[in-house]
Amino acid sequence: MKNILENINKAFDHRVRLAIMSVLSVNESIDFNSLKELLGVTDGNLASHIKALEKENYISVEKQFIGKKPNTRYKSTPSGKKAFREHIEALEQLLQNE
Amino acid sequence: MFIRENAITLNFKELFNMTKEKYLNDLKDIKQLMNRSSQFLSLSGLSGILAGIYAIIGAVIVYYLIHAHPYPVITLESRTFTFILLTTSGVLLASVLTAVLLSKAKAKRHGDQIWGESSKRMLINFLIPLVTGGLFILLLLKHQYYGLIAPVMLIFYGMACVNASKYTLRDLRYLGITEIILGLLATEFPGNSLYFWAVGFGFSHILYGTIMYFKYDRNQPA
Repeated sequence: MKNILENINKAFDHRVRLAIMSVLSVNESIDFNSLKELLGVTDGNLASHIKALEKENYISVEKQFIGKKPNTRYKSTPSGKKAFREHIEALEQLLQNE
Repeated sequence: MFIRENAITLNFKELFNMTKEKYLNDLKDIKQLMNRSSQFLSLSGLSGILAGIYAIIGAVIVYYLIHAHPYPVITLESRTFTFILLTTSGVLLASVLTAVLLSKAKAKRHGDQIWGESSKRMLINFLIPLVTGGLFILLLLKHQYYGLIAPVMLIFYGMACVNASKYTLRDLRYLGITEIILGLLATEFPGNSLYFWAVGFGFSHILYGTIMYFKYDRNQPA
């Protein structure tokens, strides 16, 4: 049991964090509001999960201005992409093992 | 002793099944989010059917306009040409309007937004070949290659569909390929442009619109 769960990444154990990584694996980058609408979560909730992923160095943040409005975009880092891929592979393996 | 051990195994198995269930749901969520975030899924099948019907009506009107024209050659200055232009513009406008309105309604039903990153991406990729084709047609008109206008419309519209299909429902890809083939055939058989145009913009839209309607729209909870 422990062996199988070895590659299951604790950082992705929460639904919202997993969702953020899923979105970033098929989109080059995404801004805060689009991500919020897509996941249907509150500002504070999303921000805290983003911070957690940022701390793990799985996503990078890019702040810019569109006109006068601040716009924050998120990208997954190479290490984030790798960790996410491994996590999914681990999930699939776990499900294959009866 | 034997019974206790058995009970522990049972608990362990139950826990394992619960974890499995959770991860199975995780995978399902991942897949759904990947689709929803990268593709515009609210494209309405019904709007395709209606666009096809408008195109056929338009083609019939153009057919009668051409046959009512007193001379064998239709010049750019003639009233017939103006009417043809009005008819095609009307078909285009009605189709775009229908597509936007019905897709908006579909997006609302699914709790999605019509104007988001995915629809923006789809639209840009749709418009690049389409605008190129539009400019190309204007140049053809200027240089009086009238016979090529219908095939060029079909080919560039087809390429626009193929290009946009990467960011929306995959069925658009097959519609695009159909249009490209019809465009090439129309180039080979000039003089039958109107029929190819009616098949391409009329019947193909109805066909693929119907497929999409039954595949995605009909069984969706309102």
